[in-house]
Amino acid sequence: MAQTKTALAQTRLDGELARRLLTQMALIRRFEEKAAEMYALGKIGGFLHLYIGQEAVAVGATSTLRPDDYSVSSYREHGHCLAKGSDPRRIMAELFGRIDGLSRGKGGSMHLFDKSVNFLGGHGIVGAHLPLAAGAGFAIKYQGGDRVVLCYFGDGAVPEGEFHESMNLAALWKLPVIFICENNRYAMGTAIHRALAQTEIWRFAETYGIPGEAVDGMDVLAVRDTVGRAVERARRDKTPTLVEARTYRFRGHSMRDPAGSVYRTKEEVEREKLRDPITLFSERCLKEGVLVEADLKNVEKAVNDLADEAVAFAEASPEPPPEELFRDVYKD
Amino acid sequence: MAVMTYREALNLALREEMRRDPRVFVMGEEVGLYDGAYKVTQGLLKEFGEKRIIDTPICESGFTGVGVGAAMLGLRPVVEMMTFNFSILALDQIVNSAAKMCYMSGGQYNIPLVIRGPGGPAAQLAAQHSQSMETYFYHVPGLKVVRPSTPADAKGLLKSAIRDDNPVIFIEAETLYAVKGEVPEDPDFLIPLGQAVIRREGTDVTVVAYMGMMYRALEVAEELARDGISVEIVDPRTLRPMDTETIIGSVRKTHRAVVLEAGAGFAGMGSEIAAEIQEEAFDDLDAPVERVTGENAPMPYAKNLELLKTPSRAKIAAAIRRVCSA
Repeated sequence: MAQTKTALAQTRLDGELARRLLTQMALIRRFEEKAAEMYALGKIGGFLHLYIGQEAVAVGATSTLRPDDYSVSSYREHGHCLAKGSDPRRIMAELFGRIDGLSRGKGGSMHLFDKSVNFLGGHGIVGAHLPLAAGAGFAIKYQGGDRVVLCYFGDGAVPEGEFHESMNLAALWKLPVIFICENNRYAMGTAIHRALAQTEIWRFAETYGIPGEAVDGMDVLAVRDTVGRAVERARRDKTPTLVEARTYRFRGHSMRDPAGSVYRTKEEVEREKLRDPITLFSERCLKEGVLVEADLKNVEKAVNDLADEAVAFAEASPEPPPEELFRDVYKD
Repeated sequence: MAVMTYREALNLALREEMRRDPRVFVMGEEVGLYDGAYKVTQGLLKEFGEKRIIDTPICESGFTGVGVGAAMLGLRPVVEMMTFNFSILALDQIVNSAAKMCYMSGGQYNIPLVIRGPGGPAAQLAAQHSQSMETYFYHVPGLKVVRPSTPADAKGLLKSAIRDDNPVIFIEAETLYAVKGEVPEDPDFLIPLGQAVIRREGTDVTVVAYMGMMYRALEVAEELARDGISVEIVDPRTLRPMDTETIIGSVRKTHRAVVLEAGAGFAGMGSEIAAEIQEEAFDDLDAPVERVTGENAPMPYAKNLELLKTPSRAKIAAAIRRVCSA
């Protein structure tokens, strides 16, 4: 039942789609670069896990969803939240710990939630949100309809029991969940071959009797095709899928590991950067003639402006007042 | 009013709430086909069907997380822990997902989830199946924790827990399932969370106790009454939020307090209640507050050792006499 496909993208690319995908990837990239700057300036505290290098996964996958579908992610979730349609200004305000942040400044980088776009959160404990995704899938089935859930996690979550518990439950109960493992080859500093007996992650799908596919996570259209097939299956008959998107993070695990150089070579990082998903997609769009140089410039300008506006908005937003400490501990 | 067992009262509460609200469903190990490991869910599969009574594989973390995720989409899950000892496997989902979701989402996602099942000392079930688990939960902001001592409380509090918009840890007891009592049949009978009750009125000393310890305290109170000691017994019923007002009110009247706890005493519920009494009512006290708690050892299997582990009537009586003669 399980299969692996790294076949060429089937999506018919037109100018509108190309511009949309490129803009989203570029926005995530620029947003994350800004966040890194703000972290260096001390405007953002705590842990900050950047998504730079992995943009094609969130953008390609989310492009297959309807607004009433859900997604849920780990703590490296800025990109997933942006792709789902959240306001970058409110995300940046959250990173700044300000009252206009998505979670009123109380969640921070690792806990972005946006009910208005069905983003079920950034979760900080590795593997813990996979059962939540299964629960969302359960609720969809209980309530009726053909909505689906995308659940993003890293290769670091695969050895966790909750990965296996969730895959088993989703397969056993036929829940409309697409598990997207973003295999960036390092769980913090532990290379995948030091963590997993089976490094072909998509193959775990075979164990649970559900479709599994590996895809080039640096190719936004390939991700879109693969996840699109999975979404279709989930809508049609609630079949869950495990997608392994092979990607790479260009930065370290977090801002406290800025270079990520202890556990991987500089050569490796430089080599992977040659497969920058934004560059690859831009080149392809130019080559196929769906975009021209001026379009790329416009996209760059637009996302620069959005990132600047996000920072200005966050700067201007007040700190949460003291009474926020006790607000929402319980729902009244 | 009808006389029924604690187990039947819980079953009735589940039925009534499931009839009332189609968003309520029950999930857990052996809750359906097997009719419940302790028969609390007996007959529910027959009445409500497989959609709403869901047998799970043994994966406490997985199915508790499913409950949390389903609650995020607006359902109202009741997750059964076959015994609360197994909830340790789901502790991350309870503490890090359920309890904090409302707060860390800035109020966007609250979790109306009940996690229920038996806990506390049982009969010769040894170290891993016979422990007071409430300690692990009442420390966590965002959780509510209930320990219902009587059949009527079991019904009224479970119904309130199911209607509550927050995660509620509802810990019953194997040793109380067969206890009988009067239970209101009114489907709108509720006991609000966070409300203690005075089980026995007295004037000389306040004893705070719940579950098995509460019944033991009642027996001791009768024994001491023959010697002219008048014991008042306060049952907190909900441990978080704690109704300190009722406890303090009683202490202000009796000027003496003894706190009972079945579980190990170190950093337990007794410590918390004793500290509250001292902070709120120090000037009213005529004697130091005493705690009578379980010993700081795992639960042994051997019957004679098991009896030593949990506070005996003799120990409770001695503590009350000490406090009253101080």
